[in-house]
Amino acid sequence: MVFYLTLILTCQLAGEVIVKAAGMPLPGPVLGMVILFTGLMLRGLPEGLARVGDALLGNLSLLFVPAGVGVMLHAGLLGRDWLPIGAALVVSTLLTVAVTGLVMARLNRGREDGQ
Amino acid sequence: MSEGMRDIWVYLAREPLVHLTLTLMAFQVGSWIYRRGAMNPLLNPVLIAVVLVVSGLLLTGTSYDAYFEGAQFVHFLLGPATVALAIPLYRQVARVRRSALALGVSIVTGSLAASASAVGVAWALGASRDTLISVAPKSVTAPVAMGIAESLGGLPSLTAVLVILTGILGAMLGPWVLTLAGVRDWAARGLAIGTASHGIGTARALQVNEVAGAFAGLAMGLNALATALLLPLLARLVL
Repeated sequence: MVFYLTLILTCQLAGEVIVKAAGMPLPGPVLGMVILFTGLMLRGLPEGLARVGDALLGNLSLLFVPAGVGVMLHAGLLGRDWLPIGAALVVSTLLTVAVTGLVMARLNRGREDGQ
Repeated sequence: MSEGMRDIWVYLAREPLVHLTLTLMAFQVGSWIYRRGAMNPLLNPVLIAVVLVVSGLLLTGTSYDAYFEGAQFVHFLLGPATVALAIPLYRQVARVRRSALALGVSIVTGSLAASASAVGVAWALGASRDTLISVAPKSVTAPVAMGIAESLGGLPSLTAVLVILTGILGAMLGPWVLTLAGVRDWAARGLAIGTASHGIGTARALQVNEVAGAFAGLAMGLNALATALLLPLLARLVL
């Protein structure tokens, strides 16, 4: 388990270093994800890595809590901008669902149907 | 409080243990309420945990910095969790290959629609610059969205809150919008929910239909990648 955790952290570290060194407009862990994905495509998914990954992702929502508590730092800003923020979230979320669903349904017609 | 109790409190308040335990306990309570409430998306466990922790900190007069000393151990795991998103992506690779073009076009369209409409509406209603940058990656899974907001000069902690609210909204209202738009294909429904409302939407889609769940998880990962690549480029043009 420690081996696969080390592997994941190494991918993240490599991602951070490359992003910083190359000045890429990308968070380090995202490049780490691409590096790990490339490795999986080349070598397959070891059982142990699957277990560590599922443990991390199975509790993904817990990991948002410390950042979410940061809302107390922005009470003033949220109070001032509550209307633009609320409207932006509702309008944009509904629009994104509709647009993505319609484009995919049109392009994918007949390919996934009946499966 | 007796002298002895006070000494213990003063000692504990300096230790990361208290705030780490508080975070885990609040999440346990949130998860319990969510399960008891038949997994109603309104009873989001993250939202409940955040409310509980913030109440506790305000009651004891604890600053966010002091809290974060302990909570950083949980927060740190967001990075490795982002890397681990490669695993569900790898598991769906056969499906991705089969409808690669449709997937790519839909997710890139969704990614652009999400950022542009959020920034556009907020801007039209007079939001501040901090808010505009922080709201742009709101449909992306939290660890990546926070990274994007940070690299663009927004407020990562504000983005995290906006991401969570977006997830709840998408999980609640997304299925209704899709039915209204006449989208019946499970792959397309899942893809739309995952693109718009990341992990919280994906969790919801998984409960409804297996294919929808798989495509939602896939969309979450690919939208994270698409937005992380596209948004900084667009921001350079606009800002």
